[in-house]
Amino acid sequence: MSEPILQLKQVQKTFADTNVLNGIDLSIAQGEFITLLGASGCGKTTTLRIIAGLEQPDSGRVLLGGNDVTDLPPEKRNVNTVFQNYALFPHMTVSENIAYGLKLKKKSKAEIRQTVQEMLSLVQLEGYQDRRPSELSGGQKQRLAIARALAVKPQILLLDEPLGALDLQLRRQMQFELKRLQKQLGITFIYITHDQEEALNMSDRIAVMRQGRFEQIGTPNEVYDSPKTDYVARFVGEANILRGTVCKVGDPLLLQTDAGICAVACSGCGLKQGDTACIAVRSEQVQFSPYREGEQGLRATITEKNFAGGMLRILLTFADGQTVVASRHGIDLPAQVGEEMLVHWQPEHAILVQQSEEADR
Amino acid sequence: MKRKKIRPSHLFLALVLALMYLPILLLVIYSFNESKISSVWGGFSLKWYQQLLADEKMFEALANSILLGISSSVCAAIIGTLGAFGMSKVQSRANTAVEYLATLPIMIPEIILAMVFLAFFSLLGLPFGMTTLILGHTAFCIPYIFMLVKARLVGMDPSLTEAAKDLGASEVRVFFDITLPLITPAIASGMVLSFAMSFDDVLISLFVTGVNVNTLPILVYTQIKTGVTPEINALCTLMLAATLLLVLVSAWLGREKQHSIETKGE
Amino acid sequence: MNTRKKKQGYWLTLLPLYLFTIVFVGAPLVYVVVLSFLQRAETWGVTGQFTLQNYRQIFQPVYLQTFVDSLKLAFLSTALITLIGYPFGYFMAKLSPKGKKRMTLALMIPFWTNSLIRLYGWIIIFRANGPLDQLLIALRIVDQPLKLLYTYPAVVVGMVYALLQFMIFAVYSSAEKMDWSLVEAARDLGASPITAFFTVTLKQTLPGLLSGIILTFIPSMGLFFIADILGGNKVVLVGSLIQDQLVKAHNTPFAAALAVVLMLMTTLLIALYRKIAGGKELEGLV
Repeated sequence: MSEPILQLKQVQKTFADTNVLNGIDLSIAQGEFITLLGASGCGKTTTLRIIAGLEQPDSGRVLLGGNDVTDLPPEKRNVNTVFQNYALFPHMTVSENIAYGLKLKKKSKAEIRQTVQEMLSLVQLEGYQDRRPSELSGGQKQRLAIARALAVKPQILLLDEPLGALDLQLRRQMQFELKRLQKQLGITFIYITHDQEEALNMSDRIAVMRQGRFEQIGTPNEVYDSPKTDYVARFVGEANILRGTVCKVGDPLLLQTDAGICAVACSGCGLKQGDTACIAVRSEQVQFSPYREGEQGLRATITEKNFAGGMLRILLTFADGQTVVASRHGIDLPAQVGEEMLVHWQPEHAILVQQSEEADR
Repeated sequence: MKRKKIRPSHLFLALVLALMYLPILLLVIYSFNESKISSVWGGFSLKWYQQLLADEKMFEALANSILLGISSSVCAAIIGTLGAFGMSKVQSRANTAVEYLATLPIMIPEIILAMVFLAFFSLLGLPFGMTTLILGHTAFCIPYIFMLVKARLVGMDPSLTEAAKDLGASEVRVFFDITLPLITPAIASGMVLSFAMSFDDVLISLFVTGVNVNTLPILVYTQIKTGVTPEINALCTLMLAATLLLVLVSAWLGREKQHSIETKGE
Repeated sequence: MNTRKKKQGYWLTLLPLYLFTIVFVGAPLVYVVVLSFLQRAETWGVTGQFTLQNYRQIFQPVYLQTFVDSLKLAFLSTALITLIGYPFGYFMAKLSPKGKKRMTLALMIPFWTNSLIRLYGWIIIFRANGPLDQLLIALRIVDQPLKLLYTYPAVVVGMVYALLQFMIFAVYSSAEKMDWSLVEAARDLGASPITAFFTVTLKQTLPGLLSGIILTFIPSMGLFFIADILGGNKVVLVGSLIQDQLVKAHNTPFAAALAVVLMLMTTLLIALYRKIAGGKELEGLV
């Protein structure tokens, strides 16, 4: 494997006595599209700002193409940022905005003109070069911000929730465009979002962050199908989490939860009798059938049904008050609210996860 | 057909506004009065303007006032802008104290400032005249510039300067390429305001001016106090016209400012 | 090391303001405070002797009366200004955006006109047999000229006229920022227009009102030339007292003591405002 383009080593940052980053390590390969995914306040923006040089880490190192750049100011790093609110210069035209970084690099006039043209066509803003940012739509501003950052040919492009201010439809369209740009240019993208759908659609790898740490780093498939922790399972896709004690080892093993006994696939999971374990079950893999005495499953009552985003979501409540969510395509379901059900799933759909450290503030 | 309703609140606004303009209008009217006694209307005449234009002392005072207004607003613009910019970058306890002191001149009654300057300048042995006038006026012009620029800097999106740095600009380049163009409207309106305040000032000028340096307001003041000739009416009318021009310039600047705020982004 | 170097650069930009402020505002103020504790020399100047005599002198009935008169005039003017300026600023904030712009412009012209010129207009109006007298006689309201010039009411009118705009702009800037949906919410919940005004509007425009009061009250204690021009020598204020002591009596230490007391009163008022308004800057100042 070739040398990673960016490495973070034990990066740690504290703001006013709060640990924002707890010594994170990250290694990113050339040409990768990696997404830092997490809820607000998880430290993803701080990570990005440290990579850009807009923030200094308290300790740890930042390596860019093998060189230590920890002490370099942002203007000396070949890394550029697309800011969350675009940060377009209001007193400059579209082409002046794009040309700004090139002028600072003392490029020749002809070269600047050519690059600006290239960028304008790359982001489909031809014909807008003499407008002011205030005369552009949200999507156009977004594209201009990207063009301005790309014009200086950075090794890495950092994108801080760049689609946050756009409406849903435009956001979907821009997701494709960004992915297309990244493939076409072969530049490494580090992308920040709190939207799991965005992360799953675009990334080569996703790093899920929580409380200044990486919970899991992996491909979208890994993160979605085999979440390492209950937090990742809940944050990426919707998963039901159940806790219990192993009451019978084997494959599948049986887990005694407060709601009843359920089967869990375990090929070499190493759990012993009496161990506590935590499982995640995706809502679309939760199955249920009308309650019949003596059959396998967890007994629950339907307490809510609602239709959202093309899916029917059914809330099932166990005797102890715990709930699970099941989801189905389509709008019709024969069962009614209040009916007793048996909840079950394939053992291989119950994923064993670690419990995230409960350091919740 | 529905007619536009006249609200009592609009009537109130109109009445107060009319009262505000009444003395000014009367002044303008009487400046064209042929009669020397200002309570008697003696027919239309331009003779007071002719007399005024022949008055060398008036022109000298006018030149002084303009020189004073420009010098003190330029000095204040440089000191105030740099100061407001520096304070936005460096956090320090001393800033709070200096900010309080720097804005004090427009907070306290003018007479105090006037007396303080008179006493202090005599202590230093500075020759009273244009230098002391400029020093005094700069002191009360700085707050206007400082406060306007500070407000503009606070309202500025910090990611704009970060974006410039990110694209390779040094600290100095960021200031000249990004910060300065964006705060220019605030500096300009501050300077217009400063000029107007300096041009208007009687008290401080009266205390810190020398024997032979008159400003226009000092001239008007002494004339009003000593005996009124209708020549003042004409002078006042001309000054009024100058003010009108200033207000229009500042309104135009204000429009620019609004524009750049709108473009700040969502 | 890198960041420290940057900081040094920024300190450099602060230098002119620091220097100017300390040398030409701070030092003179300290000097005046020192002066106020020194003994007066026989002629112009002071001896190096420490004394409290200057402050004691303020409590002589003559001078105390001047302070009382100044405060009275300031209270009266401020009250009148509030009565006119508050509704004006409030109604102005309710105008259409275009109306607001026009009104601001219309207010700026008299606001920026030299205060002497504006006062001079009132001299014309108030003068014996001037336009006001002629009008009142023609309307048969009075049958003899009122001769208002050089009277107390003339001074009050001058004060109100000179300072009204400060109140208007302060109230306006505060009412403009107000969230009118709160008033609608109050009305929606059953408040009458008057109740809604006192429970919601007044509270939200309070910073502007307070700032307006301070911006009119403070200068009104020092604007002696209004009293001078419109009141003749009949109305003596602290401001004119300071000027007299300085220019005519050459009693610099006493003038300094008067200025220090006036300044203390001012500072107290501003501090009070900051406390009520929660440490905020005065509104509508620039």
